[in-house]
Amino acid sequence: MAYQDDIALMAHLMRRAGFGARRDELEARVAKGYDAAVEELLHPETQPATDEYALLRYQPAALLPGGQPPMGNVNWLYHLVNTKRPLEEKMALFWHHVFATGNSKVDNYDQLLEQIQLFREHGMGNYRELLSIVSKNPTMIFWLDNQQNHGTAVNENWGRELLELFSLGAGNYTEVDVRECSRAFTGWTFETKIPRLPYGRFPWKFEYRPEDHDDGEKVFLGHKGHFNGEDILDIIVQQPACGKFICRHLYNFFVADEPQVPAWPIEAPRNPKAIDEMVEVFRDSKFDMRAVLRHMFNADWFKNARFQHVKSPAEVVVGTLRFVGGSEVPRPGYGELSMNTAYMGQDLLNPPSVEGWHTGKEWINSGSLMARINFMAEQIGNTSALGVRGIIDRLRVKGSLSPEQLVDGCLDLLGPVEVSADTKAQLLSQANEWGQISWSNGSSAASDQHVGQMLQLIVATREYQFA
Amino acid sequence: MANTDNCIVVLQLTGGNDYLNTTIPYNNPLYKDNRPAVGIPDNNIIHLDATYGIPEYIAPMKKFWDAGQMAICHGVGWKESPRSHFRAMDIWHTCEPIKVGTEGWLGRVAREFDPNKENVVQVVSMGPSLPRALVCPGVPVACVAGPLERYGFLPQVQGNERAHVLDRFAKMYSPAIGAGPVMDYLSETAIDSLKGEDIIKVAPQKYSSTVQYPNTPIARKLKGIAQTHIAEIGSRIFYCDHSTFDTHAGEAPAHNALWSAVSQGVDAFFADLREHNKSQNVIMLLFSEFGRRVHDNGSGTDHGAGGVAFVLGDKVKGGHYGEMPSLEAGKLVQGDLDPNMDFRSVYSTILDKWLGLNPAPIVNGTFEQPAFLN
Repeated sequence: MAYQDDIALMAHLMRRAGFGARRDELEARVAKGYDAAVEELLHPETQPATDEYALLRYQPAALLPGGQPPMGNVNWLYHLVNTKRPLEEKMALFWHHVFATGNSKVDNYDQLLEQIQLFREHGMGNYRELLSIVSKNPTMIFWLDNQQNHGTAVNENWGRELLELFSLGAGNYTEVDVRECSRAFTGWTFETKIPRLPYGRFPWKFEYRPEDHDDGEKVFLGHKGHFNGEDILDIIVQQPACGKFICRHLYNFFVADEPQVPAWPIEAPRNPKAIDEMVEVFRDSKFDMRAVLRHMFNADWFKNARFQHVKSPAEVVVGTLRFVGGSEVPRPGYGELSMNTAYMGQDLLNPPSVEGWHTGKEWINSGSLMARINFMAEQIGNTSALGVRGIIDRLRVKGSLSPEQLVDGCLDLLGPVEVSADTKAQLLSQANEWGQISWSNGSSAASDQHVGQMLQLIVATREYQFA
Repeated sequence: MANTDNCIVVLQLTGGNDYLNTTIPYNNPLYKDNRPAVGIPDNNIIHLDATYGIPEYIAPMKKFWDAGQMAICHGVGWKESPRSHFRAMDIWHTCEPIKVGTEGWLGRVAREFDPNKENVVQVVSMGPSLPRALVCPGVPVACVAGPLERYGFLPQVQGNERAHVLDRFAKMYSPAIGAGPVMDYLSETAIDSLKGEDIIKVAPQKYSSTVQYPNTPIARKLKGIAQTHIAEIGSRIFYCDHSTFDTHAGEAPAHNALWSAVSQGVDAFFADLREHNKSQNVIMLLFSEFGRRVHDNGSGTDHGAGGVAFVLGDKVKGGHYGEMPSLEAGKLVQGDLDPNMDFRSVYSTILDKWLGLNPAPIVNGTFEQPAFLN
């Protein structure tokens, strides 16, 4: 494979398994090889964790933010921008899409951030264990009211969403299963909160109350027994529907956009063979997410699925900030910065409902498209920012550039980005207005500016909205 | 009565609004029996008539009722209604209970009104996402997430340069043949928004009002809709939502807060329109994807089936339409009210009598029309 192809493939891997990378990083990773890059991503423990010291110093309120936005958003954005473990953070985002839990009800970013931390720690581990951890996560319990699910009065919220949204998908269980599943989780609650004032917030803690558990016989998905919650999870993961559901989520998030989740019982996957392969690994590895991810990143259908995924707002904002640079330190203004995903339709830690966000094409509407283009154009137009300087420095060594060289150079260093002939013609037409640009005879500043303007035009293209 | 400038505002109560605690059958002993934990106490119920009442926190709606401008559609839903938020909302939006629909009912309305897409601000949605009810190939929707004034591309480019840059931008988004459906959708969205931004932005500049809206998200959305409507820029379909009505637990305070915000916002909205003499051609539909379970769960209510929809407006014939499904245990479906008015019936009346369209191709069938509009 030619070197430029290696760079393009590595850029694809980093956009999907992380939040993109600058050219220096891509070159360093290509030098070590694709396999090594995948293994490093799959083993975040080989890289340092994000140091929270800067948060303590600049945004102490973001460490235990309570219920007020945007301090919770500040905390996560800081991790997203600074992480040296991109796949760990990307998987936390993936599970946040699936186990969508929101501040609108929880009113406690401390607890939401703790849930994200669980996803960091267990997101690439065993799915069966993760289900158990999430079932005992007080934030989830409160979000889906399981503290109100009593042996004498069943509350179906958690039981239903566990089946519909977290494991099997609609159509793979009956209303009776919902009821029986909910009964099995009675008594799964958390310690009563101490009133907020004057003590402040206390961390929530899982508690199992046997006296509130309905230990009667249950019939669930064809199995009969005195099931408790863990038994239910064991039955769930053995269902063929479970692997299909989770792997289709992975495919939609990492490979190529699928139809929205409610359509899954009706519409076949766009690549059924890919899903089958993943399901097989999922089953054979006894639900090991790392094994499924490894298979996915090494599959040809992953490597070839370039630009078939509309960037989520989190990918837009984090990708841009990591590329441009300068937002590593959470200085004043970080709160406003952290709300940009929300302006594009993805308020992190506060999804619109338990079903999470609709993805792919549905990220795009008139207002959200304006928000994403305006944000990216403003950031990338900053010719003194480190990442933009990096592009300028690589271009200016040539001394002077023809319009074609400017367009090609910018497209290459910003991705490589692939654009249609029509888009390219427009970019070229703009570059032609500037003519040959050079970095001699005092024209440096103007040429820097033109590079910045060309980058702004590129991030505004249709093609750039895809990863 | 279907005039060509008639408008519709949809206010979506996302999450499954509790029908029985919104329109309370306060004389029915089964209501009290089934609601030991979340039943509205007698002294907190405002009677609409000898059968139904509303909780005090929905008091602003009583004005509409007294003025004969509030239609209550009972038992709304459909047979085999799923208890999934996801799916149920999708069905309300697309009128497709069996397969997955790709066209929203209001998207189809917009296409009927303006097949050649001459008006890019005909449909205005307040909020960061695009509801499927408005989705239809080729139909532009202006989604306004923040203040109307900030709607537009590349605000950092100003002065003489702006026209040039926006022209370049438009050319980059001009449809390319064979680029694929998502690319085409991006093109359309960008080009339509570009055309619409200058129109929408002027709406708040023209606006002044003595009406004070409450400081709630839904009131801000309704104010944006009022500003757009009052500016007379040709917008006819407006959409907004409030959430989350998914009151599995802690229902009493939550339902109170939700409906206080909605009813006060709606009250301010119509007051604003009346102050500008712009209320005559507006109706508002309030709906939710399903009602909630008849028997409470000790703290809230689980997902149910039959629900309630409201239609408000100067031209609406107030009153009850249909009747509340029986609360008797033997008549319930899995513990839920059995829907007895198809939601497409409500749509059909609006389409036929208010918007002057043949409902059948829009709602995928012919349904009885409750007569809340002449």
